[in-house]
Amino acid sequence: MAACGCGGIQPDDPRFRELDAFIDAHRHVRGSLIGVLHRAQELFGFLPEEVQQHVAQRLGIPPSQVYGVVTFYNYFNLRPTGRYTIRVCMGTACYVRGADKVLQAIQSELKIQPGEMTSDGLFSLEVCRCIGCCGLAPAIMVGEEVFGNMTDAKVPEVLARFRQQAQGGEPEPAVAAGKEGAR
Amino acid sequence: MSQTVTRIRSLADLEALHRQYAPELALRQAREAAAAVGTEPIRVMVCKSTGCRAARSEPTARAFLQEVAAQGLSDRVRVVQVGCLGFCRMGPVVVVQPGDIFYCRVQAEDVPEIVREHLLGGRPVERLLYAVSPKEKARIAARKDLPFYKGQERRVLKNCGLIDPDSIEEAIGAGRYFALAKALLEMTPEQVIDEVKRSGLRGRGGGGFPTGRKWELVRAQPGQPKYVICNADEGDPGAFMDRSILEADPHAVLEAMAIAGYAVGAEQGYIYVRAEYPLAVERLTTAIRQARELGLLGDDILGTGFRFDIEIRLGAGAFVCGEETALIASVEGQRGMPRPRPPYPAQAGLWGKPTLNNNVETYANIPDIILNGADWFRSLGTPASPGTKVFAVAGNVNNVALMEVPMGTTLREIVYGMGGGIPGGKAFKAAQTGGPSGGCIPAEYLDTPVEFDTLVELGSMMGSGGLIVLDESNCMVDVARFYLQFTQDESCGKCPPCRIGTKRMLEILDRIASGQGTMEDLDALEQLAETIRSASLCGLGQTAPNPVLSTLRYFREEYIAHVRDKRCPAGKCKELTHYRIDPERCKGCGLCARKCPVGAITGEVRKPFVIDPEKCIKCGTCAEVCRFAAVVH
Repeated sequence: MAACGCGGIQPDDPRFRELDAFIDAHRHVRGSLIGVLHRAQELFGFLPEEVQQHVAQRLGIPPSQVYGVVTFYNYFNLRPTGRYTIRVCMGTACYVRGADKVLQAIQSELKIQPGEMTSDGLFSLEVCRCIGCCGLAPAIMVGEEVFGNMTDAKVPEVLARFRQQAQGGEPEPAVAAGKEGAR
Repeated sequence: MSQTVTRIRSLADLEALHRQYAPELALRQAREAAAAVGTEPIRVMVCKSTGCRAARSEPTARAFLQEVAAQGLSDRVRVVQVGCLGFCRMGPVVVVQPGDIFYCRVQAEDVPEIVREHLLGGRPVERLLYAVSPKEKARIAARKDLPFYKGQERRVLKNCGLIDPDSIEEAIGAGRYFALAKALLEMTPEQVIDEVKRSGLRGRGGGGFPTGRKWELVRAQPGQPKYVICNADEGDPGAFMDRSILEADPHAVLEAMAIAGYAVGAEQGYIYVRAEYPLAVERLTTAIRQARELGLLGDDILGTGFRFDIEIRLGAGAFVCGEETALIASVEGQRGMPRPRPPYPAQAGLWGKPTLNNNVETYANIPDIILNGADWFRSLGTPASPGTKVFAVAGNVNNVALMEVPMGTTLREIVYGMGGGIPGGKAFKAAQTGGPSGGCIPAEYLDTPVEFDTLVELGSMMGSGGLIVLDESNCMVDVARFYLQFTQDESCGKCPPCRIGTKRMLEILDRIASGQGTMEDLDALEQLAETIRSASLCGLGQTAPNPVLSTLRYFREEYIAHVRDKRCPAGKCKELTHYRIDPERCKGCGLCARKCPVGAITGEVRKPFVIDPEKCIKCGTCAEVCRFAAVVH
């Protein structure tokens, strides 16, 4: 990873071509900047300076405007993210059911704070506001997958599954949500 | 039942498609089982919305499809994936017709038994039916008999859990787009607006502004083009009404926006939806494509010459974008910061043009108002708040769920009736409504009818319909701090009262929660709150102090306990909580010592154990695991 904060993305990176195709298709849509940035983040995983510069140039707007939008919205990342992003829901429903304990357990297990990435690049940790799974509170998301009825005790089990998956091992069956509850 | 798409060019075309699909939907409605087992058509509905998917409903649906095919039942049994049935805590939820049988937490491995016993044998699988509590043996089979569904009036949610949200044909089979046809073919724009005005519908997104009045303002405004926006930026943490509607019945919103476009004179609509709702975005995208293919969006809708189209705009995680001027800035691709009003969006909104902005649930009410009339709409609810309201009930309540009730239903009915009361028999402490803009309503007001104005009188607000139940284990100072942290985080920074004021308030609350507060701090909180309320630019800032003010109003003694007695009665604020073991009650089982993550508990078996306060990290595990309530704080 380049130390300059540029993200180490080369100008001839093929993903720029894909991004350009998207930009050109949306060139005539008014106010398309946020949509373009969503696509750019899908492609690159985050929005380093050269991606922002590229978007600005291609859309014909000042880089300051792109930077202003990127830094305003929580969804856009300036720093690279790990292979799996863990999102701990801190919406009200999860909070009042003990999401803070789950977050603490993940922090101490991975030794990172929200907004950071583990040194092996496997996990990054985010805190988010309501993923809409209040019925399974407290809930976390790892990548696209939701784990409900979490406790601090379940944290190592969930993380181990993704570590194993990353090593190419067979993923264990998902930790089923809500199995132990009453019907 | 897919078929080649033919454009719908007239009411007759729409009726023909409706006739084709309505019989299938009738089979999914509650109906009695016939006397003879093994002859009648069976429908298995599996929820495919976010809550149930997170509880792994997809493998369940696949297992049903496989098992039904394997048993040779495919000609008689159809497995359909439907939108949210509302009872998210019980997911994955499955409903079987006939009999209206409601199954809870159905995992893939449960499916063969259901197919064998129920679908083939006619005997519902008892162990997967609903019981009111974990200890209760008695099971309730039929959905209509569940306490959760009794008392609900599902109007906005009527198609949720009935149709496949990815099928426009099924939506039309359920009556979607007939209100649009009626508006375009039989009514003038003024008549549409008049009907909405007479219905008394008030905006479901927050303040409860009369919807018809808003439409009238936009129509009367000179200037073209005009725009119609749907606010689907459901940012209130703990609320998921709009998400469920978009995921279960997206055509309701598209149809209503087209009606609104006709009424106000707009040809273009935008749905601004949170990026955090990928499934809702996916279903909306599908729905818009289908509506365009059938000609229900685009040019010359139903042969009337009316033109209307809709685009989706993604949010990017900024709560303030729920505020209408900030939302408009975000749709324009800018930083989502509010601006002073007037001019109101109805006068100068998107790209400076007259713009109508309503939220998802407001729109979802429109088609039935047009079809059935204002008087029908007013037949439920209260005179000042007619109709129904969808609530997302969450927090410390047994039935975390989505429910639709007539306006004016009491909190008690919502929490203890449909909500099923509080887990572990704990005492109700407060209901938090309106999210970060609302407040906490204490137990003494449980019998207050819930409508726009009563909630405001109590120092809270309806908001979008999130309702969080708090019990005796929740600390009200902590809850107030939680919300203030939220608004402080989400403050866009444009105006100082909100940017700086919420920060100062949060600092005071932090002090109080850590035992450093003074009695003067309580007055300072109230003064700051008043300034922020009166001087902030937008609704986010103006309402930010509400959680603090309402908890100060109803739970002042709890603040005082933190300040004067240096004690957190609920045991939530760590600095003020000191765990110890009551030697009288302790039986010396040693469970707490085994569970303590830091080895802070020591003792001999059958003698009272002790906690070392130096080592204790106040995680509360000992208190949770103790079977004799010997750990006290």
